Amino acid sequence: MPAPLLELENLQKYFPVSSGMLLRRKIGWVKAVDGVNIAVYPGETLGLIGESGCGKTTTSKLILLQETPTAGTIRFDGEDIASLTGQELMRYRREVQVVFQDPYSSLSPRMRVGDIIAEPLEIHTDFSREALHERVAEVLDLVGLEPEAARLFPHEFSGGQRQRIAIARALTTHTRLIVLDEPVSALDVSIRAQIMNQLEHLQQTLGVSYLFIGHDLATVAHISHRIAVMYLGQIVELADSLELCAKPLHPYTQALFAAALPSHPDDRHEKLTITGEVPSALNPPSGCRFHPRCPHAMPQCAHEAPVRKEVAPQHMVACHLY
Amino acid sequence: MAPLLRVSDLQTHYFSFGGTRVVKAVDGVSFTLEEGETIGLVGESGCGKTTTCLSVVGLLPPAARVVGGSIEFAGEELTTKRPREMRRIRGRQIAMILQDPMASLNPLFSIYWQVAEPAYHHQGMRGRSLLKRVRDLLRAVRIASPEVRMREYPHQMSGGMRQRVVGAIAMAGGPKLIIADEPTTNLDVTIQAQYLEVLKDIQQQSGVALIFVTHNLGIVAKMCDKMAVMYAGKIVEHGAVRDLFRDPKHPYTQALLGSMPKLGSKEPLFAIPGQPPNLAQLPSGCAFQPRCVHAMPRCAMQEPDDRRIGPNWTAKCWLVDQQAKGQYASATA
Amino acid sequence: MISTIEETRVPAIAAGSREFTSVPGRWTGLARQLPALPLAILVPFVLIALFADWIAPYDPTEPIPGAKIFEPPFWMEGGSVHALLGTDFQSRDLLSRLIFGARVSLIVGVTGTLVAGSIGTALGILAGYLGGWVDQVIMRLTDAWLALPALVFAIFLATMLGPSMWNIVIILGAVYWTRYARVIRGEVLSLREREFVKLAEIAGGSRTRVIFRHILPNVLNSTMVLASLTIGVVIIAEASLSFLGVGVPPPEPAWGSMLADGRSMLMVGDWWLTIFPGLGILLVVLATQLLGDWLRIRLDPQLRNM
Repeated sequence: MPAPLLELENLQKYFPVSSGMLLRRKIGWVKAVDGVNIAVYPGETLGLIGESGCGKTTTSKLILLQETPTAGTIRFDGEDIASLTGQELMRYRREVQVVFQDPYSSLSPRMRVGDIIAEPLEIHTDFSREALHERVAEVLDLVGLEPEAARLFPHEFSGGQRQRIAIARALTTHTRLIVLDEPVSALDVSIRAQIMNQLEHLQQTLGVSYLFIGHDLATVAHISHRIAVMYLGQIVELADSLELCAKPLHPYTQALFAAALPSHPDDRHEKLTITGEVPSALNPPSGCRFHPRCPHAMPQCAHEAPVRKEVAPQHMVACHLY
Repeated sequence: MAPLLRVSDLQTHYFSFGGTRVVKAVDGVSFTLEEGETIGLVGESGCGKTTTCLSVVGLLPPAARVVGGSIEFAGEELTTKRPREMRRIRGRQIAMILQDPMASLNPLFSIYWQVAEPAYHHQGMRGRSLLKRVRDLLRAVRIASPEVRMREYPHQMSGGMRQRVVGAIAMAGGPKLIIADEPTTNLDVTIQAQYLEVLKDIQQQSGVALIFVTHNLGIVAKMCDKMAVMYAGKIVEHGAVRDLFRDPKHPYTQALLGSMPKLGSKEPLFAIPGQPPNLAQLPSGCAFQPRCVHAMPRCAMQEPDDRRIGPNWTAKCWLVDQQAKGQYASATA
Repeated sequence: MISTIEETRVPAIAAGSREFTSVPGRWTGLARQLPALPLAILVPFVLIALFADWIAPYDPTEPIPGAKIFEPPFWMEGGSVHALLGTDFQSRDLLSRLIFGARVSLIVGVTGTLVAGSIGTALGILAGYLGGWVDQVIMRLTDAWLALPALVFAIFLATMLGPSMWNIVIILGAVYWTRYARVIRGEVLSLREREFVKLAEIAGGSRTRVIFRHILPNVLNSTMVLASLTIGVVIIAEASLSFLGVGVPPPEPAWGSMLADGRSMLMVGDWWLTIFPGLGILLVVLATQLLGDWLRIRLDPQLRNM
């Protein structure tokens, strides 16, 4: 097993909540990320799936250094990224990039596409203009766009093409890990498949790793090698993608599968077992956070938080049922 | 029995730049809907599905106009109705559920008032009976403790709950038809599943007909009896959901189904080549032909009309003729 | 299965929405849709101001030799074609003074606006993007500045600094920057959260780079609209200062001081001394306001398009 490229260890991010205008007393913490342990290996795609409020966006912000963790470590190539400064920090920024969900706001409207793509290179290298042109043409080719695209402005492209530009930009500096935050959710169905295939092709050609964050099970399962299921700031299950689809163990994962839309009218899933809304991360339930909504809840679940166990080879669950 | 809704050759165009630019958003759409039936109107952005619905309820933006065809609802022709008459029909006989519940709900009024309004205006309900009606409606959309909830305001509720309130408002006037335009796009997966169950419940209890506008074939598979696939302002295939999923005839339908990732399968996705069509500059012949893997020379020259595949199953594609010929040939061989 | 990579190679100019060509680098499409009225007024004025030295028949600061004072315009009784629009209290040619006055008004208007715009936009960007105490300090400063009545403050500064055209420019710039700071700060606050800005930050871009490459170009639209609306205000302010005697000092002609000079003669019926400069101010300010309105409407849908 090669060394992991990115490792999250006991990662925690709590946001303080204060009230009152003048005195601003702290009344609690929003435990957005509460003990996350995952790893992304070189050349693989780790899918991170969960619903709104589960903490996946905060996790990506922590990885991208937009927030600092309250506790825990993030290691890239074995080094704690919180301690990076100067050259090493720039190296991290060069090797870890992101593609966001909305293709309409991720490209600077007043810059030409070529400049947008070249920007990471401008920041990190002192390439000459010719060298920049060359590299831009290279990555445009990688994502299936013509080199002439570099002269145009973002608004002249469709949503799917803009996402390609965003992906191209994420690749210019020989990136090793791309955080993809719902990259196809805002795209038309027929374009989604194009982008997904493109991403897979790029991974095979360049060996880049992906952290694929999404809420659509079928999409995430398709592109990911392994999947981590997140609920209220914690990872409840982590397994190989096909293994998870064949045998989801955690009741929440099972609920996600039950709730997933069928791909065929005859495809009747089990009856939906989950009820209620996602509780707020401000006051998460005691013990196992899922117990109020869990159809298999036992008395133990309200008192004791379950520990992550390897129940089958490479298949981890945090649940008292196992 | 006459169908509840019959749309025949509907044409709605958008006029811009002083009338010099015409976009044929809906170009000859025909479908029928019986009472209690659910039809899925499927397509990607710009295909005309929302414009079709807006044409039915008479809520087109000023730049758009129905220029041809007819919309028959419960025996009445809607295209010739005056705005005042349409207002009587909207909310009472036809209701709409839109994508963003926060945009559909008025932040200044309590849930009670918003759910009560259609019943108040269209059915003249008042006082105690109105209160009971609101309570029943909220219960029908599975909102617990309706007496408490009805005094709340939209911002106090979660997205899923708001969307359910929107459903309750839609049902309040006792409509025969509800048009739901991408109602679950903004909802979480488990909330979406609960919501779709609620819609199914409502339908079973009240027998209301449902038009589901979506780009998500999974919703169609789960909720709809029949479906109409739209592309560039036209319906390219139309039939029972089971038939289309099992053996789609139009290449676009095939492509849509092939591009859906299926749980537990790592089979490569079929990616439709090219880009969605520019409605202002449609190619000659079949609009899908530039992206069609089975395109024949005829397709670029002549636009296909509805080819019959089964009693209620048509597709606008020349390939259907080929296949039919093939079957005929093998049958007589 | 179709090999999708080859198939999905898309030409750059594919899904067109090329109707909106009015983006930086694409101003040629604009020519067809320029606003006729404001430009019909402004272009002549600008040309007059530019070529004043060649157009004006006389030196505006010297009396016309052989002319009387308060001569009326040539079509009235007592007027002559030597002084087409009449003369003032020092027998100086009114037309020449109007022409040179246009230059003063436009120069002060434009440069004063530029100064105000630069200061205000810079402060607005710093406050909006850097936030924290920088924001607090700048905003308190803006609030305090706004509390001062603009014109009174300008008069105060003018008496302190002494009258001269360039002093006036600086003073007006110093008085009117606040409207920019507020508006631009608001825009920057929302721009800051847009994803393309975050992407630049994540890629490791320095704050300077983000401000100059991402924030500034996207607030220029608002700056331009604000500028065109401010020019009118500045011109009127300059005219007011000159009217009150603390603006551009005599004998340099300025429309405002011409108004002051001619005010008393209105009683006696010598209307041309005030009506013409007044008309000048009116037309130029009206034109810039209309231009600003047009710009605002023109530029807005593009923002929505993006």
